[in-house]
Amino acid sequence: MKLRRGKSLRHGLTAAVAAAALAIGGAVGGAEAKTFKWAFQGDVQTMDPHGLFETMTLGFQSNFYEGLVTRTPDLELVPALATSWENVKPDTWRFTLRKGVKFQNGNSFNADDVLFSVDRINTEGSDMKVVAGLIKEAVKVDDHTVDIVTPAPNPILPLQLEIFYIMDKEWAAENNTTSATNVKGDDQGNFANINANGTGPFMVTERQPDVKTVLVPNPNWWGQNKSNITEAVFTPISQDATRVAALISGDVHMAYPIPVQDWKRLEDANGVSPLTGPEARTIFLGFDQDRDELLASSVKGKNPFKDQRVRQAFYQAIDIEAIRSKVMRGSATPSNLMVAPQINGFNAAMNERLPFDVEKAKSLLVEAGYPDGFEVTMDCPNDRYVNDERICQAVASMLAKIGVKIDLLAQTKSKYFGKVLAQNNYDTSFYLLGWTPSTFDSHNPITALMSCRVDGKGAFNLGGYCNERVTELSDLIQVETDQEKRQALIDEAFKIHSEEVGHIPLHQQPLSWGVNDDATVAQRPDNVFHLQYVTVN
Amino acid sequence: MIAFVVRRLLQSIFVMLAVGFIAFSLFNYVGDPINNMVGQDTTLEQRQELRERLGLDDPFVVQYGRFLVKAVQGDFGISYRHRRPVSQLIAERMPATLELSLVAAFLALFIGVPMGVYTGLHRRGFLSQVFLTISLIGVSLPTFLIGILLILIFGVMSQDINSALGFSLLPQLPTFGRGEVTQVGWWSTGFLTQSGILALILPSITLALFQMTLIMRLVRSEMLEVLRTDYIKFARARGLTNRAVNFGHALKNTLVPVITITGLQLGSIIAFALITEQVFQWPGMGLLFIQAINEVDIPVMASYLMMIGFFFVVINLVVDLLYYVVDPRLRADRAVAAGHQ
Amino acid sequence: MAVNQERPLAAGPGLGERIIDVTKRFFDSDIWYSFTRSPVIIVSAVITLIFVGASAFAPLVAPNNPFDLTTIDLLDSFIPPIWQDGGDARFLLGTDDQGRGILSTIIYGSRISLGVGFASVLFAMVLGISLGLISGYFGGTIDAIIMRAADVQLTFPAILIALLIDGLARAVLPRDFHSEVWFYVLVLAIGLSFWVQYARTVRGSAMVERNKEYVQAARVIGIPPFLIMLRHVLPNVMGPVLVIATINLAIAVITEATLSFLGVGVPLTSPSLGTLIRVGNDFPFSGEWWITIFPGVALAVLVLAVNLLGDWLRDALNPKLR
Repeated sequence: MKLRRGKSLRHGLTAAVAAAALAIGGAVGGAEAKTFKWAFQGDVQTMDPHGLFETMTLGFQSNFYEGLVTRTPDLELVPALATSWENVKPDTWRFTLRKGVKFQNGNSFNADDVLFSVDRINTEGSDMKVVAGLIKEAVKVDDHTVDIVTPAPNPILPLQLEIFYIMDKEWAAENNTTSATNVKGDDQGNFANINANGTGPFMVTERQPDVKTVLVPNPNWWGQNKSNITEAVFTPISQDATRVAALISGDVHMAYPIPVQDWKRLEDANGVSPLTGPEARTIFLGFDQDRDELLASSVKGKNPFKDQRVRQAFYQAIDIEAIRSKVMRGSATPSNLMVAPQINGFNAAMNERLPFDVEKAKSLLVEAGYPDGFEVTMDCPNDRYVNDERICQAVASMLAKIGVKIDLLAQTKSKYFGKVLAQNNYDTSFYLLGWTPSTFDSHNPITALMSCRVDGKGAFNLGGYCNERVTELSDLIQVETDQEKRQALIDEAFKIHSEEVGHIPLHQQPLSWGVNDDATVAQRPDNVFHLQYVTVN
Repeated sequence: MIAFVVRRLLQSIFVMLAVGFIAFSLFNYVGDPINNMVGQDTTLEQRQELRERLGLDDPFVVQYGRFLVKAVQGDFGISYRHRRPVSQLIAERMPATLELSLVAAFLALFIGVPMGVYTGLHRRGFLSQVFLTISLIGVSLPTFLIGILLILIFGVMSQDINSALGFSLLPQLPTFGRGEVTQVGWWSTGFLTQSGILALILPSITLALFQMTLIMRLVRSEMLEVLRTDYIKFARARGLTNRAVNFGHALKNTLVPVITITGLQLGSIIAFALITEQVFQWPGMGLLFIQAINEVDIPVMASYLMMIGFFFVVINLVVDLLYYVVDPRLRADRAVAAGHQ
Repeated sequence: MAVNQERPLAAGPGLGERIIDVTKRFFDSDIWYSFTRSPVIIVSAVITLIFVGASAFAPLVAPNNPFDLTTIDLLDSFIPPIWQDGGDARFLLGTDDQGRGILSTIIYGSRISLGVGFASVLFAMVLGISLGLISGYFGGTIDAIIMRAADVQLTFPAILIALLIDGLARAVLPRDFHSEVWFYVLVLAIGLSFWVQYARTVRGSAMVERNKEYVQAARVIGIPPFLIMLRHVLPNVMGPVLVIATINLAIAVITEATLSFLGVGVPLTSPSLGTLIRVGNDFPFSGEWWITIFPGVALAVLVLAVNLLGDWLRDALNPKLR
């Protein structure tokens, strides 16, 4: 401990950083080491910042890798490895890089590392190709200035770059890991899979996949680390009950997710409490509106879901309040939009749901020509979203009241996604899905969920909802730089989609963490957890 | 004798090949690994590209062939989930499973044998009935339920109960993981630290219960059989003490099958520690396998199954040889008991 | 003593007569005597009968039908048992997270658990006995193949078999069968993991019988092997087979519960006891103890009763222990 403090002082940092280091050092010197332990339901899948585009993995990596920009716990976009950025030309963003930043191996950070990282996310094993697609080319202006050229004007590029992390070019070359981790089996990239060398506030000191990962503060970090911990230990615990038990018994300081039904228990228990908030993930139901006959239904020769009245009947048959209070224990936020309030483009005025009305739903079914209802299979994941299978069960029993018989096929996420996604030809008639826009912008769900399945759009529009105007709007929103006009376009897209009942939005699910009273943590609406905001008494 | 061994070895290779063949022919139906390997925004083209890169679109025979060719060279592929060589993963996880299984097997033996002897000697005794009934309750609760109960009692409720009583009745025990492990060469052991040993308690009890019951019952019925054989009667007639008869003659004669079957059970403990490892988050091979199933990690599933196939083949071979040596007559009933899991 | 008696040299009486004979002997026998003498066994038998009866007549016995979605109201969920505050006379043991009565779900759940149990044991028995007879009687290559197949079988944990068969069935069968497919998947998966025991038992016995003089005599006079096995070998092994079957029933119920617990078994919309425990396992900390405890106790009691019966049967049928 003392060694680290001495070392950090030797490096002659700026006054603020030195003060922070002293503060940490003081706490260490004054008391015992402060270890913080936390648990999540799964392990972080790789240490490679370009290996997997998944919230948990990228969020975990943000403790030691950094991008040009980052977000605060309130999702505010703030400088990270870039100190400022501007839109110098419609298709070019200029980033001014932070000076004096060191990677954890001591190498300096500069423009070459940015260019290298752009190359690296284009390599074969990279799962960051979505980000790569945003960047036509990266041009080095000088050692601390980089121009990023986009394929088309992109007003929201900085918003999309938070999870594009920078890796040290020299380190990658030394360790033969200049390509992203490759599952094919050659050694390329595998070093970065289990080792990390970022610029961030923490450093990985030990990694045992599925067992534990140990981190310690980075004494040379450029920023001010608000945490007072000297060591952090992460353990994946997949069973809900075991995870909650570990929290209550004090084995871990923080655990997530906590089943919503256990909030009360945490409140009652000594020394722990739930930490909750609305997540940016919207849960919704979708219909196959594309095929002329449903794959799994008693209705033959036609597709009942092509009829807007049927879709609306389903919508109004669902008692969202009962789901909120009983299944979600009051923790969910019912929604009529496909995006959450935290998402750029959300418009509260349009979030009013159609009323729950069984009689109306029945009469709509009669009008549509299904007085006795019909039978349809519903696909549902059972290990993906908060109480996903229970929501589906509740929906099935509500639809039974209007004569619709649901065959519920609830499966693990591997099997569920293997069945319903594009590679299996969207094999579903009626399904439940959840979505968090990775860019925190409405354009993402409008393109991925609501546009017709053309030109790479609508990739997760599993039911093939198709309105040409919405699709067109998606393109317009992408390039519109005037915020007001852009909002109007977004509103129009959501309005059409709502009126046509393209999907049935249900709610935003809650964030559900449990925290020991000895620790304070900051919760981000996208469930990302940052160690630098953790303090332990 | 040699011919017998050679023939069995050849058959063993066939068994493992068959295991692999069946496994690969069915992997297509377990789910799609791609979705666990990429994020939600990955495009369809990229997903398809990855499928092709991994050869998932090839017929299963081709996939199996590819796996075999590499496996013969000692390369079991790269885990889709961990992106590391499967052989490395299994080597890392093996100590955890073996230590847990060994402790469980010892527990089962050291509690099961005395209980079996006692119930065998005192067939109608009250305590015997109690032992038998308790052991039956042990096998009547599914392993996962026992595990959950133990976690509830020793992980969560112990605090409340102790504070309600005012003294420490129940110890607080770790409910997940292996605790602190020490690296001895490539082997990681939990035997050398206090937290490592504490962490072993609940999972090993959970895993041992079923085997303990099995061993107790086996010893009991063997004792009963041996006790009514002529030579025991002669021994008694010769005026030997009960003690000498019971332990010197009867117990000794029951031990061969007991040890054999315990050995055989060790194989199945290792193979089927799945549930215990899952409930207690024990980082062994079973947990690796369960996660591989959930994530459709085909290289891990295939290697694990072939390895378990190998275990069984070896254990069966050893047991057959033992029978051959110890008791040339075919003891069908023991083979039956051995197959009972 | 009765079961293992010496066989006459000539072919024995027909199977039908034998069954009558066995039944008659049963009531005269020590088995019946030992049954009436043991209160534990009588209680176990009664419990098993209650479970079997309630399962068989579930629609008549259960207060409500938990599978009928039109009668379930989400707003009825989490009602505690009737003797607690907030209890409801409609639901004696309270309701679960979907508003289904716990008592009714247990009754219907036992129906599914026992259904799967009986069917899979029967399947394993038929398969195991047939293969065991063939293996033991013919020996040689056939024997080697079947016994190696048994080794392969033991390699696959029931959970994986269930997963694989489930996936296969969904791929092969037409869609209309999908919602019922889980039953056959479970029966196949559990049954397949049991047949080896029967096969090995029967094989051993068949190998012994095959060399007995009366069987050789039967062979000499041209009675087909099939009949020989059926008449002479089978009756010899029915005792142990029955014992294995009883214990297997208990294990089958547990295995089904474990599979359902791991999420590969019975769907939530028609829950078995195992599924109910899986559901209940989400509520150990939330105060709704009745969702967890009652199905768990029901399962434990049922399995214990069956196990006790199997245990007693094993001792009662073992002539050496009298």
